[in-house]
Amino acid sequence: MIALDFAPVLAEWPLLAKGAAVTLALTAVSASVGVVLGVACAWARLHGAPWLKAIVGSYVELIRNTPFIVQLFFIYFGLPGIGVRLSNETASVLAMVINLGAYAAEIVRAGIATTPRGQIEAAQSLALSELQVFTRVVLPPSLQRVWPALVSQIIIVMLGSAVCGQISTNELSYAVNLIHSRNFRAFEATFVGTGIYLVMAIALRHLLNWAGPRFVFGK
Amino acid sequence: MVDFSIWDIFRNLLLAARWTIALSLIAFVGGGLVGLALLVARIARWPGAEPLARGYVQLFQGTPLLMQLFLAYFGLGLFGINVSPWVAASLALTLYSSAFLTEIWRGSVASVAKGQWEASAALALSLGEQLRHVIGPQALRVAVPPTVGFLVQVVKGTALASVIGFIELTKAGTMITNATFRPFTVYACLALMYFALCYPISAWSKSLERKLHGQR
Repeated sequence: MIALDFAPVLAEWPLLAKGAAVTLALTAVSASVGVVLGVACAWARLHGAPWLKAIVGSYVELIRNTPFIVQLFFIYFGLPGIGVRLSNETASVLAMVINLGAYAAEIVRAGIATTPRGQIEAAQSLALSELQVFTRVVLPPSLQRVWPALVSQIIIVMLGSAVCGQISTNELSYAVNLIHSRNFRAFEATFVGTGIYLVMAIALRHLLNWAGPRFVFGK
Repeated sequence: MVDFSIWDIFRNLLLAARWTIALSLIAFVGGGLVGLALLVARIARWPGAEPLARGYVQLFQGTPLLMQLFLAYFGLGLFGINVSPWVAASLALTLYSSAFLTEIWRGSVASVAKGQWEASAALALSLGEQLRHVIGPQALRVAVPPTVGFLVQVVKGTALASVIGFIELTKAGTMITNATFRPFTVYACLALMYFALCYPISAWSKSLERKLHGQR
């Protein structure tokens, strides 16, 4: 007979709440920096010098074709081998930023590629500098077009951050593991943790869909 | 301590790569079958199929794959089944893949013009005949590139099975690191190995996509 007992898990709610907060904080930092990195890479792949295009292109392909957990382990366990020692939080944020940056670069590039040529010509005829054309004319509508895809990617990165618990970053999945190592209610703890992730993913999508037009590509 | 040359590291990783490939194939094929069943239920408009399928997709796309693996691992244990990492990882990755594949394919079916449904219905084709002769071939062309692209996701997803003790590439990398104390080299080789597996599939998916759009 299966006997489920959620009480000992729910009694540890402060741990769960703290874990969820850390997950959200990791996501907030890496989403902001990662999207900026993605925009910069998209710009470099479209307008940069040939050597820059080659470097950014290989970065994007390398990240998109390797698992996040390997990227994280390389940063946290591998880099100390050449003398770069990072704390687990720093390594987590760095891995998430690098990961999101590569995916965001491709998403943003797709948005920029569909900009009508006439809009750029019109902006140039108004004597805007190259940078002004990009940041004022090309970027905002491009971001608006790809915002749903970008939001999905940010959520994927948030869910992926569960792996950061493997290097002892005290985020939600780490809290879950900690709880079931205390009370041996492994399934119940994981179930509750998974539920919290689901709620956070749905809430984050609503939040970003709301925030995008207001703060990112709005008037 | 054993002396490991670069070749030894590579050789051992290569040996472990077959388990990554095997698990990926199980998950992809299994996920394809479950995904197809879900797709048919949705197309045939079985009562309750649509909201159920939508909830199923939301569940698997809205939670971390790592937690899904843990749930399968601990959940099967509750039924008194002696869970090997093989079983738990196959189950979790199959369900995970099925949720994504059914959604990809639903989109492909939706991309077939409505007139095709109406025309084939006007010819008195049954639902099975419609799917087999009219809708299927057209949806398939659209579905292939993203499906191949998703295979990359599956291969990368299998890396998480290392966490529940499944010995594939990533787990082998960790074990070799513990034996050699050369994390930088080992993890770099590991990343290269995944890249060698995934990049050709990505490139294939991209070229399929280009061909598809060229035809239109």
